Amino acid sequence: MDKFDPNKDGVVIPPELQHQVTVTTLDKIYNWSRSKSMWPMMFGLACCAIEMICTAASRFDLARFGMEVMRSSPRQSDVMIIAGTVTKKMVPFIVRLYNQMAEPRYVIAMGSCASGGGPFKEGYNVVPGIDKYLPVDVYVAGCPPTPEALLNGLMTLQKKVETESIATSPWYSKKAEPVPVPLLGPDLIDLKKIDLFPIQIPVESQPEPPAASEVGGAE
Amino acid sequence: MIGWGVLKGLAVTLKRFFQTYFVTNKLGKNHYFTQEGIESRYNPSTEGIFTIQYPEERHVLPEEFRYLPFLLYEVNSEGGKDYRCTACGICAKVCPPQCIWILRKSDQATGRPVPHPEVFTIDIDICMNCGLCAEYCPFDAIKMDHDFELATLNRVKNLYSMEQLGKPVDYYAKIRPINYQREESARAPKKQAAAG
Amino acid sequence: MTNEFVMPSSIDGADEYLASVAAQETRPGFSGWVIPADQNQVIIRHLKENFNYDFLSSVTGVDNYPDPTLEVVYHLFKSTGGGALVLHAQIDRNDPRIASMVPLYRGAEFQEREIWDLFGIQFEGHPDLRRILLWEGFDGHPLRKDWKEPFYEEDVKPYKSRWPEGKASLIEEQNPLRDNVQFPAGFTPKNWTPEGEKKLVDAVKSQPVSEELETDEMVLNLGPQHPSTHGVLRMITATEGEKIVSLKPVLGYLHRNHEKIGERNTFLQIMPYTDRLDYISSMSNNFGYALAVEKLMGITPPERADYIRVMMAELTRISSHMMANGFLLNDLGAYFTPSLYSLEERELLLDVFEAASGSRMMCNYFRFGGVARDVPPEVLVKVKDLVENRLPRKIDELDRYLTNNELVMVRTQGVGTLTDEQAINFSITGPILRASGVPYDIRRSDPYSIYERLEFDVVTKTHGDVYDRYLVRLEEMRQSVRILKQVLAQMPEGPVMTGKPVYQVRVPAGEAFGHVEAPKGELGFYVISDGKPNPKRYHVRAPSFINMTAMEQMSIGWKIADVMAVLGSVDIVLGEVDR
Repeated sequence: MDKFDPNKDGVVIPPELQHQVTVTTLDKIYNWSRSKSMWPMMFGLACCAIEMICTAASRFDLARFGMEVMRSSPRQSDVMIIAGTVTKKMVPFIVRLYNQMAEPRYVIAMGSCASGGGPFKEGYNVVPGIDKYLPVDVYVAGCPPTPEALLNGLMTLQKKVETESIATSPWYSKKAEPVPVPLLGPDLIDLKKIDLFPIQIPVESQPEPPAASEVGGAE
Repeated sequence: MIGWGVLKGLAVTLKRFFQTYFVTNKLGKNHYFTQEGIESRYNPSTEGIFTIQYPEERHVLPEEFRYLPFLLYEVNSEGGKDYRCTACGICAKVCPPQCIWILRKSDQATGRPVPHPEVFTIDIDICMNCGLCAEYCPFDAIKMDHDFELATLNRVKNLYSMEQLGKPVDYYAKIRPINYQREESARAPKKQAAAG
Repeated sequence: MTNEFVMPSSIDGADEYLASVAAQETRPGFSGWVIPADQNQVIIRHLKENFNYDFLSSVTGVDNYPDPTLEVVYHLFKSTGGGALVLHAQIDRNDPRIASMVPLYRGAEFQEREIWDLFGIQFEGHPDLRRILLWEGFDGHPLRKDWKEPFYEEDVKPYKSRWPEGKASLIEEQNPLRDNVQFPAGFTPKNWTPEGEKKLVDAVKSQPVSEELETDEMVLNLGPQHPSTHGVLRMITATEGEKIVSLKPVLGYLHRNHEKIGERNTFLQIMPYTDRLDYISSMSNNFGYALAVEKLMGITPPERADYIRVMMAELTRISSHMMANGFLLNDLGAYFTPSLYSLEERELLLDVFEAASGSRMMCNYFRFGGVARDVPPEVLVKVKDLVENRLPRKIDELDRYLTNNELVMVRTQGVGTLTDEQAINFSITGPILRASGVPYDIRRSDPYSIYERLEFDVVTKTHGDVYDRYLVRLEEMRQSVRILKQVLAQMPEGPVMTGKPVYQVRVPAGEAFGHVEAPKGELGFYVISDGKPNPKRYHVRAPSFINMTAMEQMSIGWKIADVMAVLGSVDIVLGEVDR
């Protein structure tokens, strides 16, 4: 693991002062203090939640990374680990909790269910991936990911935070808006897509055979 | 006396507290960051500190550990990759969430099927790491990997193609030696019959 | 081997009564009786009062498409032990109504609500018939065979689009909204107002209020996100001050359509999905499902496979009870220290599962006719070491730590009591039933695998409160260690699978109900096959779902802090409750 180097690139410090003086930038200190003490929100939904609890337990300790304090209140937490399958009945609550989190905030999609629906994607009550509603920062693959895989994901998030800059951050530029909370009607209604209603294709017809899209085609 | 139960319970916690200092130091400096130290924390007789400090210390992965699948290829004499897969489709049929797509190659001239995959895709956002594809493959062509460090920042790359899934047979022999030995001794008479 | 087991009704004379009012089941592979749908309450009341069938284990709905009938299947047991009495009632598809069982057995309440939700069968006389797993306002009844989900591809797996002309695509691209949703034709949200939660609040407030003080009733919501780590469970309570007057659990926040997916899968493909039901103890789920399908196929596993299965099931029981007791203490306020001690032991057990099956939690280890592969010899050495040295010592340490603690005793003794008659009437199973004084354990009452050869006690206590449930789980861990010592001593050598491993299993037509004593209670799998590669109906009798029926009874009159203690003692897993 590379040790944190606070010194600004290009500045030379005389050897007799190297353990007493450091010249750094605001971005570096800000990112360092944020990434080394992120507090996760305790938000386990399904089986991945048990692996998250095991990550916080004695064998794979989260406290070594500064993440020991698992707050259940969204106002006091920094990162929301969506661990488990996201169902349509639960999505309004998740979006409301995300809106209540204080900025700067991050989202980790843990496991294949939160990343892209997982093995239950074909179900009628499952949302195929939480990134349909929330902006996700890190995706951790696995079913369930072992605690070490989750720790790898958290370290990836820490590295991402260390590359951010205050000048370009979305939270200070007044562009961020709260995510609209979806409604539960005959099926889940996403308010961002409300202009597509009423849908032209009737629901009763059979779906077309799979389109010949290329490998790696994004949706 | 009231409170005696609480005090006896606290004695248990205090004993564990002291054990983290005195028992741990049996191995002295070799308790952390050495293979010997890690093994001692997996033993059923371990007391004291129980933490495996990822990423400097790694969890001892047993041979059967399964994560995502990968395709095996043999390196041929020109340095190219000979995939063992014959596009029989059993893995695609047995996969519970149906996350494997196989397009079988056809001979350009005659249009008859050739036992080789042209396109092989796995969607890892649907894969449930069950291992059924590896268990029922009759050609030992797809096996379960040990690599779990797969966190990404975006999701577009989660449809894995044949090139991303391919790993050489030596890698497989390294991660699963006992299974490899058993399968090679089962394939050896067939290989000899094909060569001879 | 066909269904040759002796039905308990043929021993005690209920057969003669049933022959006079009902018809024997004649479909091949089916067992039990067909009762006329309008007489179901009369017949079952007679069986309950005169023949002592006081335990209704499961009420299931079946869709007999393309026949124009729906069916309701009842499994009745006696609390003194024995096999199942199976009753089928057929109803018309276009007007599905049947009398409710709730006046006789209160444990049928949630199960009938689920059948109304997923099939559309109305139960007359049910006190509170609302949807339970989906939300009010959802369009359609999903488990009917003619209802297609939005991401529908083909009727059964394996899909033709995967091989040999498989071009990968994301299924979202075929849906007009790029999401897993479908709406009735012509629906616009602009002309529609959301229903809100009025029905839910009315259901909780309609309970009688006490007449002494003119206090106002407050509706308080607990969940679905709360610090108690049991998962996404929501409870709506009406409280007077801080005392609970009524409590209704709201479920379905983790409803993952296990049964609909099961109807599309083949029999072998369902096995990894059963791991995700009770995700803390996945080996027991595999066990139950393998037993159900092996009953249909008529095969039995070899000896060594049976011993390995029992070993894995008992190790799972120890790891689940450790976690249950640790998290009960977490709910009481001993913030995480007992859980850390329990999770340490659980990690060592998960190492064993990982070395044998490949994964810590989602084991997928059992197959029809045995287990997937043999255990490596170092695993048996490790289990022996654990069982002889570590586990007895650590269970005693947990005992010394917690059992005589005055705070634990004051908070849990007398709280949330359930008498034995109430427990049987609510269809409760597992440690809760045994803590109330009923010695009903499926390993003894309807034995499976090799449990008849093993010596162990059925742990029973008398008071039925939270403290007794904690003690029952602790003592059951000791009994599991005792079983493991015998299993390790007696394990023979030999093959671990009957026949060759095939991925296309041939299952003859019929129905089977395979149940095991899972750590949470009686886990049953009801499978109907019609000879095809995939099941016609697949239902899970989930213990945590049915144990939740008694939450209201156990909580009335107690304070909110006690509700968390009671919930911790019921020990639910949301993957099982919502499936």
